[in-house]
Amino acid sequence: MNQPTLLRPPHPLEVRVLTRRFEYPRTEPVWLDEYLRTEGYQALRKALDLTPEALVDEVKKSCLRGRGGAGFPTGMKWSFVDRKSPKPKYIVVNADEGEPGTCKDRILMGFDPHRLIEGCLIAGRAIGSNRGWIYIRGEYRVYIDIMDRAIEEAYANGYLGDNVLGTGWSFHLSTHTGAGSYECGEETALLESLEGKRGNPRLKPPFPAVSGAFQCPTVVNNVETYSAVPDIILKGGEWYAGLGTPRNGGTRLVGLSGHLNTPGVYEVPLGMNLLTIVNELGGGVWKGRKLKAIIPGGSSSPVLKADECDIPADYDSFAKAGTMLGSGATVVLDDQTDMVRVLARLMSFYAHESCGWCIPCREGTAWLKKITQRLDSGVGASKDIDLIDQISNSMMGRTFCPLGDAAAMPAMAIARKFRDEIEAKIQSTQAFVPAPGTRPLVVL
Amino acid sequence: MTFSPELEARFAKMIGNYPPGRQKGALIPMLLYAQDEVGSMTPDLIQEVSRRLKVTPLEIEEVIGYYTMLAREPRGKHHIQVCTNVSCQARGGEELFAHACSRLGLHNKEKSADGQFSIEEVECMGACSWAPAIQVNYDFYYDMTPEKFDKLIDSLRQMQ
Repeated sequence: MNQPTLLRPPHPLEVRVLTRRFEYPRTEPVWLDEYLRTEGYQALRKALDLTPEALVDEVKKSCLRGRGGAGFPTGMKWSFVDRKSPKPKYIVVNADEGEPGTCKDRILMGFDPHRLIEGCLIAGRAIGSNRGWIYIRGEYRVYIDIMDRAIEEAYANGYLGDNVLGTGWSFHLSTHTGAGSYECGEETALLESLEGKRGNPRLKPPFPAVSGAFQCPTVVNNVETYSAVPDIILKGGEWYAGLGTPRNGGTRLVGLSGHLNTPGVYEVPLGMNLLTIVNELGGGVWKGRKLKAIIPGGSSSPVLKADECDIPADYDSFAKAGTMLGSGATVVLDDQTDMVRVLARLMSFYAHESCGWCIPCREGTAWLKKITQRLDSGVGASKDIDLIDQISNSMMGRTFCPLGDAAAMPAMAIARKFRDEIEAKIQSTQAFVPAPGTRPLVVL
Repeated sequence: MTFSPELEARFAKMIGNYPPGRQKGALIPMLLYAQDEVGSMTPDLIQEVSRRLKVTPLEIEEVIGYYTMLAREPRGKHHIQVCTNVSCQARGGEELFAHACSRLGLHNKEKSADGQFSIEEVECMGACSWAPAIQVNYDFYYDMTPEKFDKLIDSLRQMQ
């Protein structure tokens, strides 16, 4: 189970809650023995003595918000599940990490798998569930194997099974592999996939809390969200909330990537200034270059220009700045980056991953790909920039699932904020005249 | 058709992970784990999984058409996946992919004549902080450069 050290030495600005067991340069996961030595499963023991209502209240108090992208308050999500329903209730972990820029869930599963299991157990206790699945993307076989082994350890030692720690409460957990689909990171598409079908999204409502996996009430949360729960129960919701800013509780992982000196996954309190994160933790822009733009929350979040980046990194401040915290994936781009090329690459990604279930997304992403590639290959025209805006606008809010918005938002943001650069690229390629008798490279 | 005892044990356990009557849930994991052993989605495999999970072959075809990791044709013994999405692109992923193609003499999604190598340009594989990254079958290789890639190919060739 040896893995390369993906960890960085701790940085003084980090606040380590989720990553407190990650001493550098760790290569082995924290297995059960070590987990138990470091307060492991203490939160579960405490949770077993509390009522489900008290557990949900504690999570509400913590102001923990979903770390997968949408930032929905976790405690509130749990409270939507009807505990008195005669149907079974299910826990589902979304570990289909695929948002470009995002690489944090693999760290949590790869180094502290029991933390996730404990989080699932507490969530299961809170909603009256006896069964959970960890849906892990197929490419992450190494992490599936680590989680499988940790689950086996937990079964062998009475933390999972028909009689959890002798309380008579049963809770079962297993991994479930995906097989290559970004769309399955969307919670309802993930549930379809869990049921053995194509990952097409479901119409909402009903939300999964009412009708989720196998048409039963289900809580779907991200790996990082569940992983935060043990410490919240152990040390209290108020303590956790106090680490962040009002309404944005706790710490979160940021995955720093792109043109940085020290890219990596770091844990920071909510509300740390985005430029501090980039310049201190990320070591600043590489090769002595200047910052051009930051994609602050995974590829779906609208890009921020360098002069817009001096803001606190929390859900509300980012929303005010017209972008989103998303999955905490921060892609930093230097001043030599060709934004047209970035845009074209992103649009080809969304066109590839659109599941084709609804028309605005299927057609919209395909056209955005065509148009942006045209611009990138030097045969675009100014009117294409307006066309990007128009198509994106027609997609926003009109698709079954957020994939349509996820493609439209960055397209619109780059087309608007970097219009000058796109125009310049068009101008610089105007001199190109096709030889007589040849056809243009791209035909609309 | 028969599978290895390890895979049989995995399947037996897997089916119990889904609610009674909803064993179709095991379909995608079962196909992927079986593919690791069989190589691709052969008609025999589809028949066998159909029988075991009591789903129609058509339902399995639907799923195979959707998921990119489920392959109709066997891939190379070493299936090389190069990410060129935004984080990898920023650090040379596209150049690495071009280098990999010319080094192996293959285009995207092609397989070498001896069946040893196949190559694919893939979307984000969640290794963004260690970009550019590639995956060979299920193994990740981080912070790649063309030089590191060449060394890796040499060592994979020696494994034969």
